[in-house]
Order: sequence, then C-alpha cells, then structure tokens
Amino acid sequence: MDRVLTTPISEQDARALKAGDVIYVSGTMFTARDEAHKMMLERGSPLPVEGLALFHCGPVAQKAGAGWEILAAGPTTSARMELFEADFLRTFKTRVIVGKGGMGEKTLAALGEVGAVYTHFTGGAGALAAKAVKRVSAVHWLEELGMPEAIWVMEVEKFGPLVVAMDSHGKSLYKDLSIIVGKNMEAIRARIRS
Amino acid sequence: MNFVKELGEAIGKAATILQPDVVRALKATRDREAGPARVQLEAILENVRIAREGKVPICQDTGTISFFVKLGTRFPHLADLLQSLPEAARAATKAVPLRPNTVHPFTGKNPGDNTGRSIPAVTWEMVEGDGAEIHVLPKGGGSENCSTLKMLSPGVGLKGVKEAVVEHVVNCGGLPCPPTIIGVGVGGGADLSLKLGKMALLRPLGQRHPEPEVAALEAELEELINASGVGPMGLGGKTTVLAVHAEYAHRHPASLPLGIVVQCWAHRRATVRIRVDGTLEVA
Repeated sequence: MDRVLTTPISEQDARALKAGDVIYVSGTMFTARDEAHKMMLERGSPLPVEGLALFHCGPVAQKAGAGWEILAAGPTTSARMELFEADFLRTFKTRVIVGKGGMGEKTLAALGEVGAVYTHFTGGAGALAAKAVKRVSAVHWLEELGMPEAIWVMEVEKFGPLVVAMDSHGKSLYKDLSIIVGKNMEAIRARIRS
Repeated sequence: MNFVKELGEAIGKAATILQPDVVRALKATRDREAGPARVQLEAILENVRIAREGKVPICQDTGTISFFVKLGTRFPHLADLLQSLPEAARAATKAVPLRPNTVHPFTGKNPGDNTGRSIPAVTWEMVEGDGAEIHVLPKGGGSENCSTLKMLSPGVGLKGVKEAVVEHVVNCGGLPCPPTIIGVGVGGGADLSLKLGKMALLRPLGQRHPEPEVAALEAELEELINASGVGPMGLGGKTTVLAVHAEYAHRHPASLPLGIVVQCWAHRRATVRIRVDGTLEVA
C-alpha cells in the first residue's frame, strides 16, 4: 500500500516518518529556490505555508488560458538552500521538503527541532513530476524573480515516490551512506594498487 | 536543399524518447536493485514511459545541443548541412518545446532559441564516403558540471588512470543523477582527451571498444565504481554507472591527459543519416 500524506501535514505525522520510508504527497505544494527562500525570510510568506510541502524546483511552465500549466518539474540540487533552510523551517514550519541530493547538518538539526522531513525525488524525472500536478493555484513574485525562481503553488495528487532521506530523529541516509562508501573506497583503492 | 525538418525531429526525438539500449540497461538495473534504489529506477522508467507517450521532455533540463558529424569526403551538400544545424535547434526549441538553455557568459542574455556563439557545438570527423552521419547529443548541466580533466604524471601508469576515474566518479555522489554513463578519454592532449571522452558516449551501451585492452579497462572500471555503493541517485545501491566507455589517442612522453565526461541516466541521443542524393533517415 502506498503511503499518502495529505496537506496540511501535522507535526505528529511528520515525526512518525523514518529515513528510508517511501511516501507520496497530495494537496498543496509550493516551489522555492535560493531567491524565494531569501525573500520569504526577509518579507514573510505570500501565502500560509505551515504543514505544506516545499519543493526545490524551477519548473518549465506554459500559459494555459487564464492560468498556467506545468510541463516539467524535476527537483533541483537542494544543497544550495542549506544557507536558508534551518531558519526557513523554524519560521514557516513546512513539514515535507522535496528535493534531490540531500542537505547538511544545520537542516538536519532543524528538522528535529521543528518536526519535519527531507525527501528525495528522482532527479531528471520531470515528466513524472508534472503528471502529478493537477493545477497551478497561484504564482507569486513571478515578475521579480522570473520563471525558475518564482513561488509556484501547485495542487498535487500522489506526488512521488518520495524517499524520506533525512528524518526528525537525526537520521540521514546520505550521512550513513558516506561512511559505507568511504569504507568501500579503501578496499577499492587497495585492489587497484595491488 | 535543407535538412532543418529532419534534424529538428531528431533533436525532439532525443529529448523525448530514450534509445532502446539505455532503456534496456535501466531495466536490468531495476531488476537487480532493492529498497530506495529500486524505487528510483521504477520512477525513472515510469518517467521515460510518460515522456515517450506524451511526447514531452524526459527531463526539464533539455540540455545544450551538440552535433557530432561523420562527414564523407565526397558529401555534396555541406553548405546546406552547415546552415541547417542551428536552424534545427531553433525549430526544435519551438516544436517540442525545449527549455532555452544558452546564456551569454558576460551579459547573461539568453537568445531563447538554444543557439549562440559556437552553440550548438559541432564536431567534424572526415571519413571516406559520400554520405553524412549526424549524431545529436543534448546534454544536461548537472552531469556536465561533473566532467573534468586530469593531467596525470605518466609514471602513475594505468593504475593511476583507474584510481583517478573511480575517485572522481565516486566523489560526484548523487550530483550527476546516477546511474551514469562515463566517457573516458586517455591521451592526446588536454582538449583531445575530453573530446574523446565525450565521443565515447555516442557508442551504444553494451558495445565494448574493439581493442581487448581498452574493453578490459571499461569492464574493470564499471566493476570498481559499482563496488563503491553510491548507487542510483546517490541513495545507495549496486549500480552507480550503467557503463564506462573509453577511447584513446597517443600521448606526449611527458603527459598523461585523462578526460572524464559524465552523462546522467537520461542519456539522450539520436542519429540522422543523409545519403548522397539528399534523402534522410532518422534513428
């Protein structure tokens, strides 16, 4: 059975998730990259975001009648948002971050403090992501920030699969894996040099 | 005569339909992975299906377009071909549509049509014959950012080459969207080793270099990199690379250039063949 979380997601639901779980999100998701993170921290959020899913993404969008259509919406590299994410989580209490590549120690600590998770969506799977977007309900700061950096608010249905890669209990798949890879590399180097 | 229509179609085909050899390799990877790694491969294969059926781009980064042309020395339509290459990029940008991905490095201006100074990049290779074979390779920024050049000391030998490739690919982790395809160029000079690495990507997956020494290096590098455990998307697993392809050129006695070109799982490519009478075939 696929595990689907519907927004608004409670702190309790976010804390129940463990690294390695596979989930899907339905409801409201908004995009924010570097510029949007910075501006939201400076000015406040243009919409209430507590309990929503935050997506590190710069979509390809196209005008469709009076609204917008999302053509492709894969994740961008999350590490760039490490500068802002801990403050962002404390201020806005989004419960599920969607991105790729993982984030650092400051974000991991904030996930525990606030009760939220970081999830990984498959890099490059822009068509699969766009298919789960049912409609664009709003776009904020488009004039100022441009298409990739603007805040796109999207209604999604079963967006995923999302692998919980960092949880609220201090566990990070990336951190655990880097230790394993480090050990494997010692053996690989020895094989090459022998 | 112009070849804009068919070349534009080939760019569109590359952006939306993954070649069967790549799909086969991805399916074999899915079958041997478990846990989060298998989830990634299932999502990738579902994405590939949606893109093919909906004729939409496989990835939102539709890449920088480059052409690799094998030009027959007696090919009679060279002027038409030259003119058609950038026109095809413009046509495909509108038709697919593709994300406009060419930015002026000084002014930041984007012409919006995937063309610009020296882009699409064209690599010419002269061969005996009267036809032309054009390979289209639109390549994303995330994986290209992981490509690199190492000027090794010749004293490190082949072992040094192996260690440098494995270290580099493993250090890239999940950044280039693994499972990746690695093109390795050994020898030549700084520029030629990188060019050879990129051209090695054009070879279909599953096809080894014809020379046994080079083929053995490819197989060994695949095995060593996959033993690292980085896995699909850097989440851990058995498959970090789908394939390693190597090419070489003779080197200066004092130099051992090593070009490492990294390609994401969305290894998009297509081929156009033009015959002497101007008729074409898109594959």
